[in-house]
Amino acid sequence: MHEVSLLENVREILQDHAREQHFTQVKKITLEIGCLSGVEPEALRFGFSAVMKGSLAEEAELILTQLEGQGRCAACQSLVKMQYHYDSCTLCEHPFVTVLQGNEMRIKDLVVI
Amino acid sequence: MCGICGCGQTEHKHDDGEHEHHHAHSHTDNTRLIQVEQDLLSKNNAYADQNREYFKQQAIFALNLVSSPGSGKTTLLVETIKALQNEWPIFVIEGDQQTEHDAERIRATGAAALQINTGRACHLDAHGVGHAIQSLAVQAGSLLAIENVGNLVCPSSFDLGEAHKVVLLSVTEGDDKPLKYADMFYAADLMIINKIDLLPYVDFDIARCINYAKQVNPEIQVIQLSATKGENFTQWTQWLKKNRLFV
Repeated sequence: MHEVSLLENVREILQDHAREQHFTQVKKITLEIGCLSGVEPEALRFGFSAVMKGSLAEEAELILTQLEGQGRCAACQSLVKMQYHYDSCTLCEHPFVTVLQGNEMRIKDLVVI
Repeated sequence: MCGICGCGQTEHKHDDGEHEHHHAHSHTDNTRLIQVEQDLLSKNNAYADQNREYFKQQAIFALNLVSSPGSGKTTLLVETIKALQNEWPIFVIEGDQQTEHDAERIRATGAAALQINTGRACHLDAHGVGHAIQSLAVQAGSLLAIENVGNLVCPSSFDLGEAHKVVLLSVTEGDDKPLKYADMFYAADLMIINKIDLLPYVDFDIARCINYAKQVNPEIQVIQLSATKGENFTQWTQWLKKNRLFV
């Protein structure tokens, strides 16, 4: 549901960059979304054209790169893959794993004119 | 004048001349790639940092209360104000999509409250809260309770500048909510299990609920209470008094 708010943030960030870096149109935007971030990629895609309408990214192509979740087990210290915040260690099954990657939601880069 | 929106705008000196470097390759079009590497929430987070800095300067203890609709956030606040208002100034920001009902309930206790109607938005953001702090004229040294929109999903992502997120869960809900809405329980520092006076009538396993919450967030603290009946309520007021010292 909050993907629209996130996209509104993106639109503002793009306006700031356009002022600072002197471009008038965004052709392509790449977002990196961690799979533990709570962001639904499909909802981002769905809302993108509506939120960007009338902005400098109206014509932009949206590329979404998903980052997998990674954490360190509090017991065996192994680096393990995570799909959910509550995942146990895949090796020793200890319930506490500290997230190292997967909470990200960021604009990676832009192709602009 | 808004003291919030105007600031934080860093001036960027940009010499157009630097764009005149030549390229070894030829472009077929005039597009260029810009590395951004910026968080989607960076705007919100910048406002949240400003709020946090203000709270620190003013020794304001700010809490962000989150839960599903109907878990008892407003009742908890009303009872908290009744218990503490003689020793601690308390201010409340109420977030709901519509109506002034919650702010009116708070004002009936004598505490100052400001209602933010988010309209279609499902959460409060740091910019709106920054304005609310100014409108409410939150007193230095006070407790500021920010009651978020009843929603266990979206408010988890939006930092408001608070010292702690406090998540409420009532025993009339499912005891597996910490797993179902893991992001929120991951982001919270304290889980309050409310309405424990109703435990004899519902199928809610407290131990299982706490286990699930700790599985998501090993650091999460837990208080079990009944806001309406007062059971264990002093555990909550003591938690507030203890944690304000760290502001």
